[in-house]
Amino acid sequence: MGIRNHCLVLATVACAAGVVREVGRRLPVVVAVEHAHGCGRGGPDLGLQIKTLAGLVQNPNVGAVVLVGLGCEVVSATLLKGTLARSGKPVETVVIQEAGGSRKAADQAEALARRLLGELENLPRQRGTAADLMVGLECGGSDTFSGLTANPAVGEAADRLVELGGTVILAETTEMIGALGPLLKLAESEEVAAKLKAKVERQEARAREMLGPLADAVLAPGNVESGLTTIAEKSLGCIAKGGSSPIREVVDYGERPSRKGLVVMDTPGYDIESMAGMAAAGAQAILFTTGRGTPVGFPAVPVIKISSSSELFEAMPDDIDLDAGTILAGKTARQVGEQILGLLLKVARGEKTRAEINGQAVFAIAQEGPAF
Amino acid sequence: MAVLGIRVHPKDNVAVVAADVEAGGVVRLADGSEMPAVEAIPRGSKVALGPIACGETVIRYGEEIGRATKDIAAGEYVHTHNLAGRR
Repeated sequence: MGIRNHCLVLATVACAAGVVREVGRRLPVVVAVEHAHGCGRGGPDLGLQIKTLAGLVQNPNVGAVVLVGLGCEVVSATLLKGTLARSGKPVETVVIQEAGGSRKAADQAEALARRLLGELENLPRQRGTAADLMVGLECGGSDTFSGLTANPAVGEAADRLVELGGTVILAETTEMIGALGPLLKLAESEEVAAKLKAKVERQEARAREMLGPLADAVLAPGNVESGLTTIAEKSLGCIAKGGSSPIREVVDYGERPSRKGLVVMDTPGYDIESMAGMAAAGAQAILFTTGRGTPVGFPAVPVIKISSSSELFEAMPDDIDLDAGTILAGKTARQVGEQILGLLLKVARGEKTRAEINGQAVFAIAQEGPAF
Repeated sequence: MAVLGIRVHPKDNVAVVAADVEAGGVVRLADGSEMPAVEAIPRGSKVALGPIACGETVIRYGEEIGRATKDIAAGEYVHTHNLAGRR
C-alpha cells in the first residue's frame, strides 16, 4: 500500500534526461526522474541498475509510469517494461530515436502522462495502518550530536513502528564498520549474524582497498569539523537509528525484505544511493537525520528530516521537519521518538515533508565497477 | 557557567560538550560531576574525563571508538590530534 500515488516519468538511460526534465517542466505534478545510468557499465552494475529502476517503479507510492529511453542503450524502455510485466501498474514507453527526436518524444511522454494522471485521480483512497509501512532509515551530514539526539530518537520511533507491526530498514553498511559488536547482539539468529558480519567485513575490506591508509577517514570533512574523530565513533552513533528490535533479516541492495520488523540492507553510506536501495525495496517513507544540515529528498518517497541540534533547526528551518536537539534541553529520546512516529503517520496520511515542498529529489544507484 | 558534557555510558572516558568551552571552563555531566577543561574545546567535541595513556582505548557509547595516539590528560580536548581509529 502506498502513501502517495505518483505518476513517474522515468529515464531508463542518462541520454533521456533532457526529455524527462522537459516533461517535468510542462507537468510539474509528475515525478520526473533522470539519472546518470542505463549504459556503459559491466554486467553486475547493469543488473543493479535494472533491479533498482524496476524497484522504484514497483514502489507502492508509484501508481503509473512513463518510461523514456533513447533506443540504443542497454537498459532500454522495452527491457525495463518487460521486467515490470507482473507489477500490475500501467507502464507506458517512449523511445526518443523512434519518436523522431527529443521534442516529439517529450510531446508523446506528456500526452501519456496526462492520460495516466487522469486514471490515477479516479482511484479511491484506501485506509491503512502502521503495519503497512516500510520505512527506510538514513543519516546524512552527521555531527557528534547525531548519535546523542536524532539517531536514538529515530531508534525509539523504529522500535514503536516495529511493535505496531511495521518494517524498518537500517542501511549504510559503511557506517556499520567499527560498530559490529553491538549490531550482532541484535541479530535474531546465527544465520542473520553471519550474513551481517560478512557484509560489514566486505565493506571494510573494500574501504581499505580503495582508500588505503585513509580507510579510517570514510568520514566527510564536515563530520570531522563537527567533532567526530573516527569511523567507529560515527558508526556507533549511526546504528542507534535502528533501535533495539531484533534484526530479522539482512537483504542485498534494493532487495525487498521477506520479513517484517527490523531489517538490515547492504548499501553504501552515501545517502543518495542508500535511499535508492531502500526505495527500490518498497520503503514508502524515509526518516533522515542530519547534523550538518542536508536538503536532499528522494523521488516519490517522502523524506522526513530530523535535525540533531536546535541550532541546525533554526539555521535551516525550511529544510528540517523536526528538531531532535530538544533532547539536549531535557527531552528524552523516547519523547522525541513519539513525535517522529506521529509525524511519520501524518506524512503517511498525506502531509507533505519539507523536501517534498522544496521539490528536492535526487536519484543515483550504487555501482560496483568502472564505466566503460 | 558550566557547559553540559554528555556521557552516554558509564564506561565512557570522554564526554561531548554541548557548547564551546574556554580553557579553564567547567564541563558538568548529568550526574553533577565536573571536569575543568585544560584547553579550549569546541562545541560537539570530546573532553577527556580522566587521563588516557598513549595506546589506551577511547570509549564512547560504551564501545571503543579508537586509541589515544599520545598521552591525554584529564580535561584535554580529544580529536584527530590525539585519537585515531584502530586500523
